[in-house]
Amino acid sequence: MNTPVQSTTSARGLAQAAPAKAPAAPKRRCSAIVKALRRHWQLYLLITPVIGYFAVFHYWPMYGVQIAFKDFIATKGIWGSPWVGFKHFERFFDSYFFWRLIGNTLGISLYELAVGFPIPILLALMINEVRLKGYRKFVQTVTYAPHFLSTVVIVGMLLMFLSPTSGLVNLAIQAFGGEPISFMTEPGWFKTIYVFSGVWQQMGWSSIIYLAALAGIDPQLHEAAKVDGATRLQRIWHVNLPGIRPTIVILLILNFGSLMGVGFEKVFLMQNSLNMEGSDVISTYVYRSGILGAQYSFSAAVGLFNSVVNFILLITVNRIARKVNQVSLW
Amino acid sequence: METRSSGDKMFDAVNMTLLGIISIIVLYPLVFVLSASISDPAAVLGGDMWLLPKGITFEGYAKVFDNSDLLNSYGNTIFYTTLGTAINLVMTVMAAYPLSKRDFRGRNLLMGVMVFTMFFSGGLVPTYLLVKQLGMTNTFWALVIPNAVSVYNIIIMRTFFQSSIPGEIQEAAAIDGCSELRILRSVVLPLSMPILAVMVLFYSVGHWNAYFNALIYLTDRADYPLQLILREILIQGQMEEMVNVGDSSHAKTLLDQEAIKYAVVVVANLPILMLYPFLQKYFVKGVMIGALKG
Repeated sequence: MNTPVQSTTSARGLAQAAPAKAPAAPKRRCSAIVKALRRHWQLYLLITPVIGYFAVFHYWPMYGVQIAFKDFIATKGIWGSPWVGFKHFERFFDSYFFWRLIGNTLGISLYELAVGFPIPILLALMINEVRLKGYRKFVQTVTYAPHFLSTVVIVGMLLMFLSPTSGLVNLAIQAFGGEPISFMTEPGWFKTIYVFSGVWQQMGWSSIIYLAALAGIDPQLHEAAKVDGATRLQRIWHVNLPGIRPTIVILLILNFGSLMGVGFEKVFLMQNSLNMEGSDVISTYVYRSGILGAQYSFSAAVGLFNSVVNFILLITVNRIARKVNQVSLW
Repeated sequence: METRSSGDKMFDAVNMTLLGIISIIVLYPLVFVLSASISDPAAVLGGDMWLLPKGITFEGYAKVFDNSDLLNSYGNTIFYTTLGTAINLVMTVMAAYPLSKRDFRGRNLLMGVMVFTMFFSGGLVPTYLLVKQLGMTNTFWALVIPNAVSVYNIIIMRTFFQSSIPGEIQEAAAIDGCSELRILRSVVLPLSMPILAVMVLFYSVGHWNAYFNALIYLTDRADYPLQLILREILIQGQMEEMVNVGDSSHAKTLLDQEAIKYAVVVVANLPILMLYPFLQKYFVKGVMIGALKG
């Protein structure tokens, strides 16, 4: 209990010292800060480690990203390495991999957006119409479950089910007289498998947020629509869908903001030397050239390019949404 | 009770049937894995087993418990999850409580500083170099410190503090001479058990399932968490087998692998499986609170 007492007195001391010396204008601001510190010093103490964490593990790497414009030499450190301008960016834009990476990254994202975004909305609208409480609960319990499986397990299961020799899918194809397909080694199948396994895993979970929004719709709107003779489908279309539109827009903005940020974890696990043509994305490329290949500056440049594009996309889409819908993130 | 038109009944029938089909599609692979884990591997490989277990055997599970790498990694994961979740929880409260006070000066600035990191980051390589420089590689710190807190969860927690804990109670405690830390400890936290449970679940499932930090920061197999060993068993072996097709000389090892694969999936997800009923209730609650603020 010693420290609190000490810091209160020192804060008080500061507060008394400040008005005496500071000139008129900054004085008010200074003393306001001192007053806040004095009143809430325990809160500031509480949040300091968290600020420290963000400074070190989030803002320091942002500062460290300058190695993208340098030739990083470990012994000289981030600061001491020589500047090289846009050399690494140029190398990346000119590289054979550039268009393949962009194509795959955008391809997966857009595919996912087109398929994975509407399905949870549909699912939520459907679950919302179920009146049998037990059945509703059952559907929810089942569809939420795969969300909790790890990516490793999901990809492991994909390999089991899609194996060309023993996988259930191929056994079924053969039973109907078809030729087995080596799904996991075909570049052409990669995106479809990625997207639909994602839908399988996440559709239930992603529908929760829409269900929450649907629960908030005023029942009087439904009553009024019923009086006007609207059918169930009409009520879904004209009452429920507009009711969850703000939620849909917000999530759509967030999705656009990560258009170039295809998650590393699942792509990496599904990748192999044969499907690379269809599976190599920016994040896996950064991992390979940066962490495995130790080309720190080059991969930092690739990563920075990715972050910047994402950020610009997010801001742009947010601005458009604000104009069109009056709904935005900030 | 309102009278329902035939169109209404039709709608319900179609809707419920579709949802039934969706449920079966989601459920089937899970049931299959469970059945396969206690079936004769030959039946599974040959496609004779497709729903209910055939030729029941617990060999797979026996092999799982014989595998010292696996058991060791299981222990590691329990340790990383416990420590990581504890750090996450403390940090989240430390950030969310001050930020929930409306008269906390600098609140918006600090929130902005944190939220910005959700949308922009220095990227993988600078973070990697930092962790290396701090000497955390090949220690458990690399798995629990670089992701010590999640901004999203801070927002959820802050929203809860603001909306579910009456400000009057806190004011009353303050008038009675409670310090802010004391208010947090004796008034706010005891009232926040539901959200603390949500946080424990969010964070611990995350740690349990994580493999990325371990992949890039750990090189010693003895430190590997469960997911990395799972990756070796479930993915790497099969990938190699697929990429080098035509080599069927090790049919026996294939059978062995087959036997352990399904059992290992079940064992790895056992804690989550057992917690699922609670998880579902609390997780949903957490998502709802998050959605309010969205």
